[in-house]
Amino acid sequence: MLQIDLWKRIVIWGVVALGLLMALPNAFYTRVEGHNDALAEIEAMGATDAREEAAAAWPGFMPSGLVNLGLDLRGGAHLLAEVQVDDVYEARMEALWPELRDALRPERATIGTIRLQPSDPDELVVRISEPDGIARAVEVARGLARPVTSLTGAGAQDLEVAGEGDLLRVTLSEAERLATDERTVRQSLEIIRRRIDEVGTREPTIQRQGSDRILIQVPGIGSAAELKEIIGTTAQLTFQPVVGRGASAEDNAGVGNEILPSLDEEGVYYTLETAPVVTGEELVDAQPSFDQNGRPAVSFRFNPSGARKFGDYTAENIGNPFAIVLDDEVISAPVIQSHIPGGSGIITGNFTVEESTQLAVLLRAGALPAELIFLEERTIGPELGADSIVAGQIATIVAFVAVLVFMVLSYGLFGVFANVALIINIGLIFGLLSTIGATLTLPGIAGIVLTVGMAVDANVLVFERIREELRGGKGPARAIELGYEKALSAIVDANITTFITAVILFAMGSGPVRGFAITLGLGIMTSVFTAIFVTRLMIVLWFERRRPKTIEV
Amino acid sequence: MRLRLVPQNTTWDFFSRSRLWLGISALLMVVAFVSFILQGLNYGIDFRGGTTIRTESAQPVDVGAYRDALQTLNLGDVTISEVFDPTFGPDQNVAMIRIQAQEGQESVSAEIIASAQEALTTVAPDIQFVSVESVGPKVSGELIQTAAIAVLLAIGAVLIYIWLRFEWQFALGAVAALVHDVLLTIGIFSELQIKFDLAIIAALLTIVGYSLNDTVVVFDRVRENLRKYKKKDLKEVLNISINETLSRTMMTSVTTLIALVSLFVLGGDVIRGFVFAMIWGVIIGTYSSIFVASAILLWLGVKRDWSKPDQTQGNQFANVDA
Repeated sequence: MLQIDLWKRIVIWGVVALGLLMALPNAFYTRVEGHNDALAEIEAMGATDAREEAAAAWPGFMPSGLVNLGLDLRGGAHLLAEVQVDDVYEARMEALWPELRDALRPERATIGTIRLQPSDPDELVVRISEPDGIARAVEVARGLARPVTSLTGAGAQDLEVAGEGDLLRVTLSEAERLATDERTVRQSLEIIRRRIDEVGTREPTIQRQGSDRILIQVPGIGSAAELKEIIGTTAQLTFQPVVGRGASAEDNAGVGNEILPSLDEEGVYYTLETAPVVTGEELVDAQPSFDQNGRPAVSFRFNPSGARKFGDYTAENIGNPFAIVLDDEVISAPVIQSHIPGGSGIITGNFTVEESTQLAVLLRAGALPAELIFLEERTIGPELGADSIVAGQIATIVAFVAVLVFMVLSYGLFGVFANVALIINIGLIFGLLSTIGATLTLPGIAGIVLTVGMAVDANVLVFERIREELRGGKGPARAIELGYEKALSAIVDANITTFITAVILFAMGSGPVRGFAITLGLGIMTSVFTAIFVTRLMIVLWFERRRPKTIEV
Repeated sequence: MRLRLVPQNTTWDFFSRSRLWLGISALLMVVAFVSFILQGLNYGIDFRGGTTIRTESAQPVDVGAYRDALQTLNLGDVTISEVFDPTFGPDQNVAMIRIQAQEGQESVSAEIIASAQEALTTVAPDIQFVSVESVGPKVSGELIQTAAIAVLLAIGAVLIYIWLRFEWQFALGAVAALVHDVLLTIGIFSELQIKFDLAIIAALLTIVGYSLNDTVVVFDRVRENLRKYKKKDLKEVLNISINETLSRTMMTSVTTLIALVSLFVLGGDVIRGFVFAMIWGVIIGTYSSIFVASAILLWLGVKRDWSKPDQTQGNQFANVDA
């Protein structure tokens, strides 16, 4: 007969209670959000009365997980950036040139004079005046290669060297390129994360996508343009030797040199050696400060290797100017007054206090190793998000009430059972969404509404089956039992197939579509659970109490 | 008194005109396909790149003035349409502006968006840009590819699942119904030129899931009845099964439609296309599970040799839960 073991009953009610408890914070969204924010602030910046009060608005022993609202509901900016990993090859080759030159110099007797040739950015081509010495030159260049530091590239060297006639060609090996790409993307990801964290926005999503892309979603930010400014598409700091100073960008710079404009002096251009002495990557700290005249400046400190390079260079080039270059603009080009050991220094320029603070933040967060190209950008205003939430809420409530009424009209008391299960079902979806920290999007709301419609399906299958059994002359208890038994395979098959599509959607989709897949998938799980266990338990409880001779479904 | 969508014991013959229905479905599929080929879909920026700007202002939208303002910027193909919605307030005037992807630009140009916004602000000073979305041509190409793969994968996975749980004839019938539903949905989007974007792909996959749900419930009953009525011919068994499940089919379709219609009317214009696709899908999904999936099953026939009980249920996965 209709029997459900006591332990099963306890487990079922326990799961329902737990799910509803996890869903509860969402009913007090702003209060719980204030509580969570306050706790985070107390953790980070210490307690104040206002924060204590906000934190106390929600009891600490209660769960405080909330459903994250997606960008389309909360407003914010979305960017899909592609890291130009090739940039790094170029930088590597530029940095290699002085090293290669110094290594080849002692071999002048065999290879003659050496000269850098114009080439593709990702290779280094050197012409030697004695073609007979090419074998020796290749050997020397190969000596500069180092083992690749990655798991897949183990055993490979990072440089590929070829000699043809009097030309020596150096490129990065395939294994090194792969390893470099990996490093570049990870580094970019980390830097973007740090920069966004510096600004302190709430719950940003910064994810790697595919091999060289980064997805950035920041709720609550004004526009994608603003977000791009924070990320700083080309914030690269370098210290480069100055060759000369002129008034035109069109001058012939010469091989290995480049011409860059001055940041604050209109019409002034500097000719610089392309290979930097030190780059911003080797900075360990930067702080806003003031120079000896009390003007805003930025003080900085290098790591040991940067400090050594900077120290050596300043020792050898006293009296020569060198340029501090940010984003391909010369901030300043001071003359080296003395050897600067210890690797710390100060950047002066015509800064305001804000600018020097901003520059310090930029430097501290580190330069991006490569340029970012934005393939996709979306800005959703908070008003549109708020409108969408309101519309979604109204639609969900109307859908909900309509389905509830319809179910009662169709199935009477059993419809009421199904409705209670449906309400529990919605609670469980929210409970699960909060627990796994999933994001609710507008299509996600549509997924919930669709679940409202479809969740009754499992109950309908059972109820229709019970009706059939009753018509077939079975007694009430037997009809209910058979109804559940026979409907099970249809329920399972029907829901597994829908679940398969939800999984594929989740795997292939992104953003809003993924939000839809999540609510649909969770909705299928909870609706099967409520139909098979919760409704059944309710019916059994009712049946045990009333023991009706006949039932009408 | 209970509300009944269909009479209690129906004995309708669903296959008396099965050829006619299959013919109509086939014809509609051809029409949908031809429309798709000739007219194409009205792809959103997700699939063809470009920028959409959603504006909101207190003054009524003057499409002509907007167009004139943007004309001077030489942005190529620009479409401007006013959006109406019952959920909007009285002085909420919304327009959608779509700008094509600019020639030779892989990434999204911030200057173009800024200049367009500036031009629009001169026409309507209080204009607000409530959402701005740009997709580069590189990504849009990949998105459409991923979307197509997702739909094909879903259909393939379902084919395998039903084949494991039932028999191959059932799987073919179900997949024929799915292809029918997907094609007709694409067809109506092409015919009515409704914007086809990523969300519609999600809707398509949901339709796949829903239609399947329906088909599987009917098939499950067919499987059961094939065992119960060994003497009856397949057509009769199919008819009995469809009649027996008809009440459930209608109940579920109606509750789902109730939910979807309320979302369609009240859920705002942002997801209206998406909800429309699902409403359409529920209707044709319900139709196709009877008139396409079952009809194909009838046409293909099912092995009726039940003398060896071990082999009657497809294969070893057929009844894991029963």
